[in-house]
Amino acid sequence: MKLKKNVPLIDQHDKYGFWGGKFGGSYIPETLKKPVDDLTKEFSKLRKNKSFIKKRDFYFNNYIGAPTRFIKLENLSKHLGGAQIWAKVVSDANGGAHKIYNATVHALLCKSMGKKYIVGDTGAGYAGKMLSMAAKKFGLKCKIFMGAKDIKRQKPNCDAMKKNGAEIVPVTTGSQTLVDAVSECMRYWVSNCDTTHMCVGSTVGPNIFVKICGWSTAQISRELKKQIKIQFKKIPKKIKLINCVGGGSSAYGFWSEFIDFPKSQIELIGVEAGGPKNSKLHAAPLSRGAKLGVLHGAASYVCQNNEGQINETESISAGLDYPGVSPIHCFLKDTKRARYTYATDEDALNAYKLVTKFEKLNPSLEPSHAFAEAIKICPRLNKDTVIIVNSCGDAKKDRDILKRRLGKRI
Amino acid sequence: MINPINLAFKNAKEKKRPALLTYTVAGDNTKKKSLEILKSISKDVDICEIGFPHNTPIADGGQIQTSAYRALKNGLKISDVFQMVRDFKKSKNSKPVILMGYYNMIYQYGENNFIKKCKSSGVNGLIVVDLPWPENKGFAKKCKSKAISFVQLLSPTTSKERLKNIIKDSHDMIYYISMLSTTGGKLKVSPKQILNNYNKIKKIDPKKNCVIGFGITEKTIAKLRSADGLVVGSAICKEITRSLNNRQNPVINVSKVVAKLRNKIS
Ligand SMILES: Cc1ncc(COP(=O)(O)O)c(C=O)c1O
Repeated sequence: MKLKKNVPLIDQHDKYGFWGGKFGGSYIPETLKKPVDDLTKEFSKLRKNKSFIKKRDFYFNNYIGAPTRFIKLENLSKHLGGAQIWAKVVSDANGGAHKIYNATVHALLCKSMGKKYIVGDTGAGYAGKMLSMAAKKFGLKCKIFMGAKDIKRQKPNCDAMKKNGAEIVPVTTGSQTLVDAVSECMRYWVSNCDTTHMCVGSTVGPNIFVKICGWSTAQISRELKKQIKIQFKKIPKKIKLINCVGGGSSAYGFWSEFIDFPKSQIELIGVEAGGPKNSKLHAAPLSRGAKLGVLHGAASYVCQNNEGQINETESISAGLDYPGVSPIHCFLKDTKRARYTYATDEDALNAYKLVTKFEKLNPSLEPSHAFAEAIKICPRLNKDTVIIVNSCGDAKKDRDILKRRLGKRI
Repeated sequence: MINPINLAFKNAKEKKRPALLTYTVAGDNTKKKSLEILKSISKDVDICEIGFPHNTPIADGGQIQTSAYRALKNGLKISDVFQMVRDFKKSKNSKPVILMGYYNMIYQYGENNFIKKCKSSGVNGLIVVDLPWPENKGFAKKCKSKAISFVQLLSPTTSKERLKNIIKDSHDMIYYISMLSTTGGKLKVSPKQILNNYNKIKKIDPKKNCVIGFGITEKTIAKLRSADGLVVGSAICKEITRSLNNRQNPVINVSKVVAKLRNKIS
């Protein structure tokens, strides 16, 4: 299994849509074959179309607010000693997280296919909030599927969705989290695919959704590459790019421009949700040894039992609370280009405390997992090493959880 | 020797009626009860479809999902599904059985292992909801080599080109999904429209037995009786749920429902 150079990772699959011959694919019911084929054709046409790219860039710049900041966390670096810690503040983006890039592109695709309805899934609520924003902006009718447990714990984002005129469909099956929301959204699409477009909230699902999402979030690393060059004059010799991984959309977007670099120069570190300390439940299929399986239309490492039933997961962070992961991260893991580890709920909370104590930054619980790893490895490294964390979400949505767990008002 | 699935269609045809296929979830609501249901309804059924329940079904509607959930909660394992088929075949040897489910479970079991187990327990056919053509070619071939029919699905969105290819690669039976829906949806397309599409499929290869499923109930089944076969699933799962809620015996109630369905097409 090998990575190709000079080919975007999203395009390194075989004719059946598998990365490395085994991750990805399109395990879909017959009903969805045509809509998925149509979308595949439309996307392959549009992504090369100059005026579509111009339109995308226009909205990325004028609606989303590109580029987001690239800042040094001076105080945190000083406190920890060792490497220098930087952050790419993707939460600057309109709506407060990276999910806006994927949502905007899907809304543009939906419009160009002449569909008036759009549906999507959400865990942390960001993907739903952003899709509802984009739907409103482009005049589409929008339904968001969300686990009942997530609706409770991510209220601020639910309020935003409603304000944007989207209908939130509570999902009460199974664990009532993201995994069930994705299932329910796909079921809805099976029944309504002739009139409705579906947006998958991360780099998961049938092959084409992995590609569209990755293509959209790649904006993050395009910006970052430029910013690094401006800041350091050239790409430094030792960089560590640390990103949380739920489905893997922000991590792919953060890394895509840097995958061709030697890993001795740019290390890619993905941090999954380890769940509560001492709990057996986690959402860390890459770092805690899950088996290959098929979930939501694609093959990837999946938390599951011997019979192929999908495990319940547990994490303080709704956005990472998912038993599967993107096939492209499975590929990066097996080719050893990226390293994956996990942080527990407690690690993430401690990281949140430390970052907010020293910096004017308010990362949500998802990127707090990434900060936990940065904080852990930073003191052992020298000052020439540049750690960059993708601060891909803002903690406003987590205020109730943070208050309960830390007694903190934010 | 003519295979049991084709024989079932031939027998029904001789009686000038469509074959009746039922779908029940293995282990709903217990292993014992679901075997009893199966045995009891088999006198009116030509082919039994048995679902192996999955906890993340992306193409099932509420009725079947509820059944699957009940079965899993009662601890149903894949080995139990095979055991159930074996027990069923002991008394109903000639009745064809088709297993239906999602690919991950077959994948975890191992494709070859799974097919071997199907063979030894007496399974005659397989439907894998999320393994579409052409990705299913390899697996379908393995099934065929062990004389197990791989049943392909067709839907209203399947293009003409695709229809031809799928039908060409299909084995003894093909399955037309009546409308864009998960299982158990209300029939939102007129029977006439469904038969229209069905006839287009039959025209491509009149010799292949084609069944229609999704959304069929006592109310609608008679109008579709010109098809080779008709599948009723959610209406049965719903009856099991209703019986359990009313503390009645699902075996008796489901048998009555199936007898009525059979009456409507005889
Ligand atoms: C802020 C934030 N970060 C990360 C994630 C995890 O998703 P992904 O790994 O797909 O970027 C989410 C998901 O909702 C999120 O809201």
